[in-house]
Amino acid sequence: MGIIYFLIGCSIVIALIFLTAFFWAMRTGQNDDMHTPAMRILFDDDAPKGSEDSK
Amino acid sequence: MITEATLKDTKCYHCGAEIKQTTYTFDEKAFCCAGCESVYQVLSAGNLCDYYAYNSTPGQTQKINEQQYAFLEEEFIIKDLIDYRDNTITKITFYIPSIHCSSCIWLLEHLYKLNQGILHSRIDFLKKQVAVTFKHEEVSLKQVVELMVSVGYEPLISLQDVVKEKHSSVNRDLIKRIAVAGLCMGNVMLFSFPEYFGLSAFEYQYKTLFGYLNLAFAVPATLYCSREFFESAWSGLKNKLINLDAPLALIIAVLFIRTVFEVLTQTGAGFSDTLTGLIFLLLMGRWVKQRSYYHLSFERDYRSYFPVAVSVLKNGSEKVQAVAELNVNDRMLIHNNEITPADAILMKTEAFFDFSFVTGESEPVKKVAGEVVYAGGRLIGAAAELEVIKPVSQSYLTSLWNNETFSKKTIEENFNDTIAKYFSLVSFVIAFAAAGYWLYANDSSKAWAAFTAVLIVACPCVLSLSTPFTLSALLGVFDKNKFYLKNTDVVEKLAKVDTTVFDKTGTITGTSGISLTGELNELDKVYVASVAHNSLHPLSREIVKFLNPNTFLEVRNFEEKPGNGVAGFVNNTEIRLGSHAFVNTSGDYSVDSSVVYVEIDGTYKGYFTVGQQWREGLYGLFYGLRKLTDLHLLSGDTDQDKHTLYHIFPSPDQMLFQQSPHEKLEYIKDLQSQNKHVMMLGDGLNDAGALKQSDLGIAVTDNINNFSPACDAIIKGESMVKLPKFIRLAKKAMLTIKLSFVISASYNLIGVYFAIQGTLSPLTAAVLMPLSTITIITFTSVCTRYFSKQLKLRKA
Repeated sequence: MGIIYFLIGCSIVIALIFLTAFFWAMRTGQNDDMHTPAMRILFDDDAPKGSEDSK
Repeated sequence: MITEATLKDTKCYHCGAEIKQTTYTFDEKAFCCAGCESVYQVLSAGNLCDYYAYNSTPGQTQKINEQQYAFLEEEFIIKDLIDYRDNTITKITFYIPSIHCSSCIWLLEHLYKLNQGILHSRIDFLKKQVAVTFKHEEVSLKQVVELMVSVGYEPLISLQDVVKEKHSSVNRDLIKRIAVAGLCMGNVMLFSFPEYFGLSAFEYQYKTLFGYLNLAFAVPATLYCSREFFESAWSGLKNKLINLDAPLALIIAVLFIRTVFEVLTQTGAGFSDTLTGLIFLLLMGRWVKQRSYYHLSFERDYRSYFPVAVSVLKNGSEKVQAVAELNVNDRMLIHNNEITPADAILMKTEAFFDFSFVTGESEPVKKVAGEVVYAGGRLIGAAAELEVIKPVSQSYLTSLWNNETFSKKTIEENFNDTIAKYFSLVSFVIAFAAAGYWLYANDSSKAWAAFTAVLIVACPCVLSLSTPFTLSALLGVFDKNKFYLKNTDVVEKLAKVDTTVFDKTGTITGTSGISLTGELNELDKVYVASVAHNSLHPLSREIVKFLNPNTFLEVRNFEEKPGNGVAGFVNNTEIRLGSHAFVNTSGDYSVDSSVVYVEIDGTYKGYFTVGQQWREGLYGLFYGLRKLTDLHLLSGDTDQDKHTLYHIFPSPDQMLFQQSPHEKLEYIKDLQSQNKHVMMLGDGLNDAGALKQSDLGIAVTDNINNFSPACDAIIKGESMVKLPKFIRLAKKAMLTIKLSFVISASYNLIGVYFAIQGTLSPLTAAVLMPLSTITIITFTSVCTRYFSKQLKLRKA
């Protein structure tokens, strides 16, 4: 049953990794705007007609 | 003529406005004005016509004239506006009020196609902001702004930086603490399960491990996550005030100390689970409470109405100067549609100023040379020179904000804080009594256990949850009915209101209306409009708008007599428009003030009445409110409407006319000194002082994205009729909170029963707390739903 020490250690480490990931997402402002990306995803890619000069 | 007839009923391809007057066509598409047409031209040249694919007629009407942006070339102004700049690129965030649909997002994020210098632009839809990154060597800030204006999105650049202020209001710190608290709670729950189910002899070796692990998670939860409760409680105590955070901080401290004690001495499992769960729930309550509207600003003052810079004439040349640095005797050059930022003397023979920001009055005011123009007036017509007589910070308008009364506003104790005091007192009495009893019985360990357990169990945490949850649910209901409250505290104030003060202009009157008494045939209408078209007078412009002819005919021998009227010949027919003295009215006379009489070829034809119309449902509003509150009316106008109001206003003796902004403020103060809770409804800047002084200031507006003065709530004009219902619902919500308090108190009593015997097990505590929380949250949300349905404020 000594394995339980290892498992608990693992679970805490994983939890801390997720917490750090969340902190990073907060700091880089990924949660600041929850509304616009939902609208943005509905736009089509640029229509190819007559836009050779794009990019 | 044929094209005119066919296009008559079409809508503008860009903004969707009805096309009536003159037609603009491009690419076989019809536009209502040159502005809309030019936006389309810019977009089609840049291959951006997909803009019109996502929504039909997504544009905003371009009929409004554009502002001058010369000031954006001045380095000292750019420096304040931008977010970031290095050798090649600049980043800036603009606030654009006209963002309203997905086409707006699409277009503004494709700005790089219109100008190579723009690298990237990104929209935040709810905040109506766009962040632009551009190479400042290739394109200047001024060009970026002008490009956005040319496609119909004018950024709002004002003295009070809306963008930067909103940045600071985002509470990332709280969300971080919620995340940490959630992590601690989840893990502690896991490690506590063995304890709940009972440990077998074999598992006993892990008891200490779990205890220490739980303690390890309780430490950050207490020291990091719940810091704000301790801080708030401490600052309350320093001011000799017990707020709701005081008992909460005490409980957190007691729970933590007892947990540390039990784990270290190995006398028990401690209360880590209750502690972390409590902290997590409390922080959630905080978060719900802080939810706010991104797209509305309640804190605007005069600065957000004023431009950043203004043109100043120095030694004969025009120079841009920051508004804050304007000095007395500076000569400002104000262009069409610009706002006068300081009190100044007009140096031109005459000019029209639109004071709608300040007074709510929509009709422009005429000023002649030598007259003082107060700050806040928007010039209409050709550019004018003005000499500054007072710096911006001391202008008539600004003095309303800097009024010393505002700084002294006392913090009112809300229901929670009042309860918290008694709650703490009662739980302390019980705790000491229990401890005293066990000490008397010579059982000191039980005394300690009972003392701490009572404090733990008598937790008023439900109060700090039920209030934000009830009130924020209510905010959601109000929101759907176009009534926007600044925060949840406002609901409590709304429930207490017993006096309502109305401002007249713009609040109880809607848009201005014009009517014709008498008859004019189609040809006469064109004649009248043609003559009126030549005049800049606001009344003439109203008449042209009202008649809306297809064409204008040439006018000869046009003359305008200021203060009297206009006259001219069209097709050898003499047209005279004007006052009673100017036009031969053959004895007809109207009592209304804004009247224009019409005479054609010596024959009197009738008159136009230009006046403001009452909002719809006003009568119902007055009578609905009268049952709940005392009504007063303050107006800055003359008492010309007193007669009409006399019949519909329930308390005619409480109507006051010709009130200056300062008099309005004093009136509110006077009511408050009689211990009344005053709700003030107003719209213009002239009400700003009164709105701020009142207990609950509501700004009435027809477009929520427009400017509104600093206030506690914003209401759309059409929703004002529902105000009595809103007040009723707020009162019901307060009742709900009080009921939920009773429920939680009964839970607490069960806990106290175990606690005073010193036999409160961690399990009981850990079960009781979430159970009471769930009951309360369910209860409050069911109640708000029920009450709002009952008042028909929510669709079933």
